Amino acid sequence: MIEIKNIKKTYQTGYTETHALRGISFNIKTGEFVAIMGPSGSGKSTLMHIIGALDTPTSGSYTLDGKDVSKLSDDELAEIRCNRIGFVFQSFNLLPRATVLRNVTLPLIYANKREGEREMLAIKALESAGMDKDRFHHRSNQLSGGQIQRVAIARALVNDPAIILADEPTGNLDTQTGNIVLDTFQKLNKELKRTIILITHEKEVAEYADRIIHIRDGLIVEDGNKHKKELYK
Amino acid sequence: MTTTDIIHETISALTANKVRTSLTMLGIVIGISSVITMVSIGQGAQSSIAQSIEAIGSNLILINPGAQRASGYQVSAGRGSSHTLTPADATAIEENVSNIQAVSPEISGRYQITAKGTNTNTQIVGATPSYATVHNIQIDEGVFISDQDIRNRTKVAVLGPTTRDDLFGIDAEAMGQVIRIKGIQFKIIGITKSKGGGGFGNQDDMVYTPLPSSQMFLLGDSSYLTSIAISAIDSSTMTNVQNDVTTLLLERHRIGDPTQADFNIMNQADIVSAASSVTGTFTILLGAVAGISLLVGGIGIMNMMLTTVTERTKEIGLRKAIGAKRRDINIQFLSEAVALTIFGGMIGIILGWTAAYIITKLGVLQTSVSLSSILLSFGVSAAIGIIFGYYPARRASKLNPIEALRYE
Repeated sequence: MIEIKNIKKTYQTGYTETHALRGISFNIKTGEFVAIMGPSGSGKSTLMHIIGALDTPTSGSYTLDGKDVSKLSDDELAEIRCNRIGFVFQSFNLLPRATVLRNVTLPLIYANKREGEREMLAIKALESAGMDKDRFHHRSNQLSGGQIQRVAIARALVNDPAIILADEPTGNLDTQTGNIVLDTFQKLNKELKRTIILITHEKEVAEYADRIIHIRDGLIVEDGNKHKKELYK
Repeated sequence: MTTTDIIHETISALTANKVRTSLTMLGIVIGISSVITMVSIGQGAQSSIAQSIEAIGSNLILINPGAQRASGYQVSAGRGSSHTLTPADATAIEENVSNIQAVSPEISGRYQITAKGTNTNTQIVGATPSYATVHNIQIDEGVFISDQDIRNRTKVAVLGPTTRDDLFGIDAEAMGQVIRIKGIQFKIIGITKSKGGGGFGNQDDMVYTPLPSSQMFLLGDSSYLTSIAISAIDSSTMTNVQNDVTTLLLERHRIGDPTQADFNIMNQADIVSAASSVTGTFTILLGAVAGISLLVGGIGIMNMMLTTVTERTKEIGLRKAIGAKRRDINIQFLSEAVALTIFGGMIGIILGWTAAYIITKLGVLQTSVSLSSILLSFGVSAAIGIIFGYYPARRASKLNPIEALRYE
């Protein structure tokens, strides 16, 4: 479903060029749970931006569901993000004054979904993310960290995206809550067959995924199935 | 993004910081309300001046001595005193021009008048009985100047109510009393009804005396008039009467070239339009001064919107990440600015209207709020929202989602 071929990304700051990605290639199939792991400065954020259609590569190609995404305009990228990608951020990024339901319906506004349909989809997504029904009308600044991240997951799910892209989803949570969130991702992958890409620098977090792509200095250093790797040991 | 969504987003954004929203809106409220009030004062002045010109008489044509001039442009350099109109001209007009209701030969001048130790300086008009018809003069007490007064050159006077009040005290009994003009005694035989209207050619502060008496006793010369006023039968015949009178007078004064005429002739419509061009300028001036405050209000909106965009950078980043296009962000911020100005504009209209109403009620000035000034200010406030909201909204829509999401 995702085909990435020899992607490079170079940033120009003044006279110095920074090579964030120096030729990355991999494929991700529908229903996979993949972790992209690497220390800070490894280029994993840049890679996430490209997979998430927030940015385009300097060279190389990125095909999502047979569509080349690497050379689209800003508004075409917005269209892709709107319909094909669901984001979960480290800092949650909910609208603080809006209710849980309002936050989850937000992507549907931009996807031009009918008003009647929106609430139904939002409730379904919130249930899949394991959110309690009695909190749907709470304002998001009245929730705990774990609950907030579930709302964010529901928001990522709501428009039925091809990929859910989670950028350090547990970075701002304590270990216990973090594990609950990661369990939620695992459940979404196993039970609802969602394709999930998890970006993290923590090995323990990456272990929740079935496949780990290890990045360092803009290159893939290791790409392996967790279970197969265990066999090698 | 549907219209309902935009309205919802706008309301929740504007109610998030109510103090800031209302302070910003206040700029527009003050701007719009002062435009409404100022323009209503200007238009009120315009209509009250038009009214007081109508009060001079109906279907009136005025002939003054001196060269013709384009209305409103040239200062009459002392030609008002030219001795070119004669009583014979007035008689000739009455006899030869059709569609005339009455012709009033007049002389006028300002004199000091005294009565029992008090005195005042006012306009003395030498008039004939037709003056009352031509100028819509109505008598409150006593009688106006009669044909007999003209024939006998009696020394009688009819006073305007203001003159009566100045000389004898407010609403005092003045009938039969004597006033002195240039040392000559005139007996009061009548008081005119108040016509209202102030300042501009106040018809209430006047003394009317029989035309021959004033010529003889005040000017010492009965050969000329200071003006002839004609009232036409109705407004449709005014132009014809004006043309006929011009032809007749040119002929009588033996002048071939109409541009060299030694008199000028104006009808009431000319006077009204000359006066309203003055008040129109006045209205524009007032409106422009108020408009400056509207501009300042608009800059306030822009300032707030720029602050909002900076504060909400992260939110904009998120919206873009979940699929908002440039257009969506643009519309969202633009509609916030427009909502501020439209709502502020509506409050401003109500406030300005109230202020104009109070000004009228207190009797300070006559005001009139017109539909056009309301529609205009409403349009202007919406336009200000668009103009001053455009730049901040554009800035928001152009934010890079990655950088916006990282913004702390």
